[in-house]
Amino acid sequence: MKKFVITIITILVLCAGLGYGSHELTKSTGDSGSKVLNLYNWGDYIDPTLLTKFQKETGYHVNVETFDSNEAMYTKIKQGGTSYDLTVPSDYMVQKMKADHMLIPLDKSKLTGMQNYGSSFMNKSFDPGNRYSIPYFWGTLGIIYNDQDVKPGSLEHWNQLWRPRYKDGIMLIDSARDIMGFSLISLGKSVNTTKTANLLAARNKLNRLSPNVKAVVADEIKMYMAEGEAPVAVDWSGEASEMMSQNSHLHYVVPTEGSNMWFDNLVIPKTAKHFKAIYAFLNFMNKPENAAQNAKYIGYSTPNNQALKLLPKSVRNDKQFYPPQKVLDRLQVYRNLSPTKVQQYNDLYLEFKMHH
Amino acid sequence: MAMKKSFKGLFYTPYILWLAMFVIAPVALIIYYSFFDIHHQFTLSNYRVFFESGTYLTMTANSVLYAFLITVISILISYPMALVISKLKHRDLWILLVILPTWINLLLKAYAFIGLLSRDGLVNNLFEFFGIPAQQMLFTDTSFILVAAYIQIPFMILPIYNSMTDISDSYIRASSDLGATKWQTLTKIIIPMTMPGIKSGIQIVFIPSLSLFMLSRLIGGNKIITLGTAVEEHFLTTMNWGMGSTIGVVLIISMVVVMLFTNTKRKGRRS
Repeated sequence: MKKFVITIITILVLCAGLGYGSHELTKSTGDSGSKVLNLYNWGDYIDPTLLTKFQKETGYHVNVETFDSNEAMYTKIKQGGTSYDLTVPSDYMVQKMKADHMLIPLDKSKLTGMQNYGSSFMNKSFDPGNRYSIPYFWGTLGIIYNDQDVKPGSLEHWNQLWRPRYKDGIMLIDSARDIMGFSLISLGKSVNTTKTANLLAARNKLNRLSPNVKAVVADEIKMYMAEGEAPVAVDWSGEASEMMSQNSHLHYVVPTEGSNMWFDNLVIPKTAKHFKAIYAFLNFMNKPENAAQNAKYIGYSTPNNQALKLLPKSVRNDKQFYPPQKVLDRLQVYRNLSPTKVQQYNDLYLEFKMHH
Repeated sequence: MAMKKSFKGLFYTPYILWLAMFVIAPVALIIYYSFFDIHHQFTLSNYRVFFESGTYLTMTANSVLYAFLITVISILISYPMALVISKLKHRDLWILLVILPTWINLLLKAYAFIGLLSRDGLVNNLFEFFGIPAQQMLFTDTSFILVAAYIQIPFMILPIYNSMTDISDSYIRASSDLGATKWQTLTKIIIPMTMPGIKSGIQIVFIPSLSLFMLSRLIGGNKIITLGTAVEEHFLTTMNWGMGSTIGVVLIISMVVVMLFTNTKRKGRRS
């Protein structure tokens, strides 16, 4: 019994010690104090040296917390108890958060450098006039292929994915909206359609693709493609750039008939408190040299045209990630759908995944 | 005496609190949520959708089938293994080695299998060494079932092993003294006496196997869709907590069914 008591006391003392230690460690990065900015961002989605540079220039310390899906971010901010000053939702989520009164409009008089952004990336349907959001990075949905198995130039359209030669050779990113989306585009429909007939047609067409589908996976798709597990994949441009940096045989194509164009955007959620720091940070990120440095680190496409000019020529002229205007014009941005339609997209997508 | 009684009550409190907070409350919440649709209206439609839609019923059938196969394979591997280990000299050490993999995170083990089974993985390299052409192993039913069984085996071995070490040697000696063959001893003495172990093994393995969404995606490439995949989707993508909870309730009910089927009456088993 005595031994037992001693063990329990030891464990309690250890726990108290660890608790105190972790409290001390987090105190320095806690949200207390006024010289801070709480940024709620995707994992590894900002160059850390920019944060130190920002602190040196303005004196504001940036606390970064991360999330891994728009929905997780939405739920956490909605539930309250947080004090995030800035967050980075994707296009349709900006629209949803706006509709749910979770965003504070931008005070344009405090913003500088907004003229740096390209007109193709502003004033999009999810936030007309950019009242709430500033584009952070953008990208597309496209096809990645391995030139050891697929002849370059032979795979440039969505419909070519249905060719029998790609039997058991295509990996898809596990995302209902994107997979239903490219099927809709291949049928010449909008990625935002709410017509049940169109959605059923898209599912039926996907069902016919299933002999070619090797797997439907999430983040692992990068690893699989880099290791050459499959010759073809459908994924986002950002993920494609990561795969390509690991395997030089991989190439990325945005089909010319159209695709999805996505945006991640800086917005101010209702939980924000440190407004001076927020505008200092937004103006800091608007500066071409900072946006360029960030784009170099992340490898995604920057909407900041002045920053683009600072990037190396090989990046600037890369049609894979900065497609020509005539392709840009055909890209469609996701609109937020009603919960019922979101459910329908997901149910049909699930039916496709179950189809053998 | 009165003091002793209140002291006893004190010891019960944490247990009751634990039950209330982490067992009863979550289950009650799941049942509560399952009656609400995406518009937060009280409804029974989630259950109607579940039992009317071919998708969910096929998914349930798939889940049960795969969970059954995983359970059967892990029994077939675990039983002989437990039998051998219980006869070994340093059996505590050997059983520790069996438990050891459970200390490693499930995700890490899954990634290790990706390395083994991928196109240029270790297994295919071995095959090529012996002149067998490389096989597609990832994203197949077989690899999914084998990896799942591998992960569940320690949980199957432990209860079986424990029930084997509980058998007194005198039973075995008595059966051979009375002229039973080794086979007869196994089928008439050892297997019936380890039945409670097998049953608790089934309980521990079958239920989690119904919803292995992580493995069905990583190893199965989402070619096998189980109820877990649907639960994940409803909570994370469509935010339809009602439907997700409904599937949760179905899983809980199937757990109760399995428990009833494998219920062990302890009465009179041992004096």
